[in-house]
Amino acid sequence: MDRQIVIDPVHRIEGHGKITIQLDTSGHVDDAAFHVTQFRGFEKFCEGRPYYEMPSLVERICGICPISHALASAKACDAILGVTVPAAGQKLRALLNLASIMQSHALSFFHLSAPDLLLGFDGPPEKRNILGMLETHPQLAADGIRLRQIGQSIIQWLAGKKIHPTWVVPGGVGGPLSRKNLEKIRAVLPEARDIVLRTIGWFKPSMETYREEIRTFANFPSMFLGLVDPCGNLAFFDGNLRFIDYQGNIVAEQVPPTRYAEYIGEAVEDNSYLKSPYYLPLGYPEGIYRVGPAARLNVCGGCRTPLADEQWAEFKSLDKGPVLSSFYNHYARLIEILYTIEKAEQLTADPDILNPKVRAHAQPNFFEGIGVVEAPRGTLFHHYQVDENGLITGVNLIVATGNNNLAMNRGVLQVARHFIKNGKVPEPVLTRLEAVIRAFDPCLSCATHALGMTSLHVRVLGPDGRVVDDVWR
Amino acid sequence: MTSNASIPPKPRTDVNPARIYTLRINGREDETILTVARQNGIDIPTLCHLDGLAERGACRLCIVEIQGSPKLYAACVTLVKQDMDVITDSPRIRDYRRKILELIFSERNHVCSVCVVNGNCELQNLAVKLGMTHVRYGYLNLTHAVDASHPRFSLDHNRCVLCLRCIRVCKDIEGAHTWDIAGRGIHARIISDLNQPWGESETCTGCGKCVQVCPTGALSEKGKSVAEMTKRPEFLPYLQMMRKEAEP
Repeated sequence: MDRQIVIDPVHRIEGHGKITIQLDTSGHVDDAAFHVTQFRGFEKFCEGRPYYEMPSLVERICGICPISHALASAKACDAILGVTVPAAGQKLRALLNLASIMQSHALSFFHLSAPDLLLGFDGPPEKRNILGMLETHPQLAADGIRLRQIGQSIIQWLAGKKIHPTWVVPGGVGGPLSRKNLEKIRAVLPEARDIVLRTIGWFKPSMETYREEIRTFANFPSMFLGLVDPCGNLAFFDGNLRFIDYQGNIVAEQVPPTRYAEYIGEAVEDNSYLKSPYYLPLGYPEGIYRVGPAARLNVCGGCRTPLADEQWAEFKSLDKGPVLSSFYNHYARLIEILYTIEKAEQLTADPDILNPKVRAHAQPNFFEGIGVVEAPRGTLFHHYQVDENGLITGVNLIVATGNNNLAMNRGVLQVARHFIKNGKVPEPVLTRLEAVIRAFDPCLSCATHALGMTSLHVRVLGPDGRVVDDVWR
Repeated sequence: MTSNASIPPKPRTDVNPARIYTLRINGREDETILTVARQNGIDIPTLCHLDGLAERGACRLCIVEIQGSPKLYAACVTLVKQDMDVITDSPRIRDYRRKILELIFSERNHVCSVCVVNGNCELQNLAVKLGMTHVRYGYLNLTHAVDASHPRFSLDHNRCVLCLRCIRVCKDIEGAHTWDIAGRGIHARIISDLNQPWGESETCTGCGKCVQVCPTGALSEKGKSVAEMTKRPEFLPYLQMMRKEAEP
């Protein structure tokens, strides 16, 4: 008899999602899917609003990575204005992006994923959280909380507010950085570096114990996408797109973000509010690609900061070509935190960071603007169209988590097939199904926007497990 | 003490037909409850009132009780009278003011977090002052198009509270009378000239007075990002004073 297993909700991720697993008559996994069950509608209700409201409007997409949305949005608005942002304004935006990635990665690694890694996938579920960690590993839990606090504090010192600041504006930033706040930022970076080095020191050897998870957590060939600087190195704030294939060959190099639509298509599935972007030349679903920490480290030719480069070299040695297992996203996240700290040290050492000229002013000069940044979870695209008065007429958002949709689905299927035996789904298997999703650190509230259609599927199962009715709306 | 000097223009009587005369000093008899209260350090919340503009009595947030009358009176258009016993703050008044404010919030889109005047808004300040923690009425979620046709300013009807300050300042102070109101009740909205886009108005001088007196983010300068717009309505009394001084 066919049987369906539903995990709803998936815990310790940002947003609401569920997993369904379809078993065949012999109890083997036939299919598995990750559904995003919430709908946001930002692409639609931003229409008609003035372009200059957009950075703050789209910030409300997310409470974890509002900075990423504000920055991508402001860049799209810069393009609509046709201005060159003053150098200090760009540096301050880049610094803000680093702080945002630092705090978000800290949240993902320490608060959401470390409980699985520290307390074991087979441990009691009620203990697998940050509070459980505080009991068993107080130093590590405190480190995680402190690192996130440091990232959030840097955001506050720059932008005036930890969550949803209004400092990022079209043409630059709202005001210059004060010397007092610069000193505060400089003062906390060494502590952040100590924390992340200490954590890498613990996590790297411990990866040995997760061989089975590494082998099965979305470990399959796929393309990878990330921003790189003109020399091909890691770029978080400004750069061009680079696609590589599963063997590490560069498939598309230094693609200006404005041409993203020539390379990325967006498919819509009936069972999820999350769009499925794919590499357009390969078609759907063959054009599956991944973004995010591991993808960025796979794609780039180095970090160009000493400590992160040391770790990057070790990361690259984990596999012959690109590192394929998404489990390694956890390690990549720690390396990227290290990179954000080193890069922030470089930026705060630059005297130009205090330059009061941080904003360019103009009226809208173009009808279209595209802004792309690396968000904590991967490459983030904001694409706006405006009318002659600067009112928004079209919005397209490709959010980091969306880029990974196809890969997350395949990852869930891989874990389900490996761990589910004879139709039995014990607690540790459910945990791993959630954990493979968590390795991507998806932010579902970010990722679900207009599809052009509503999609609701109600499956009614009879007492014998048979499908009695399928209702689509 | 009476005088034969010319009496200045009297307040509107159509909104408060039961005209209440008070004592006349130097020929003046136009002190409202609001004016007298503020002169004596008694605070009465207002939204449509602005020093330097003719009273309208539109928002009713300044309602007060007058002993001996079951009605509530708008302090901005009610003249003081000898022996009048006025209560400016009571549980009943507070309750009505909260209700009025909540109705204003529920009518259009007043989501502060993404508004250009967030932190500098009179409506937002009133909500804080009157302790409005939530809105008990269903939001109407009306959608109004933004008029961004003017090269320097934009009009967002979604943020408008129909205080009509813009109409009054344009007509009485600037003398252009670009703004007016069209429609009734829930359909009422501000229009420029004969309901044409602001940018095409032939009467608008582009002075920006309407933007400065607007209590919310309905009228704003283009290009100001969220929370960046500040209003300077204080110019009005000075402008009037200087004009008077310049008179021959």
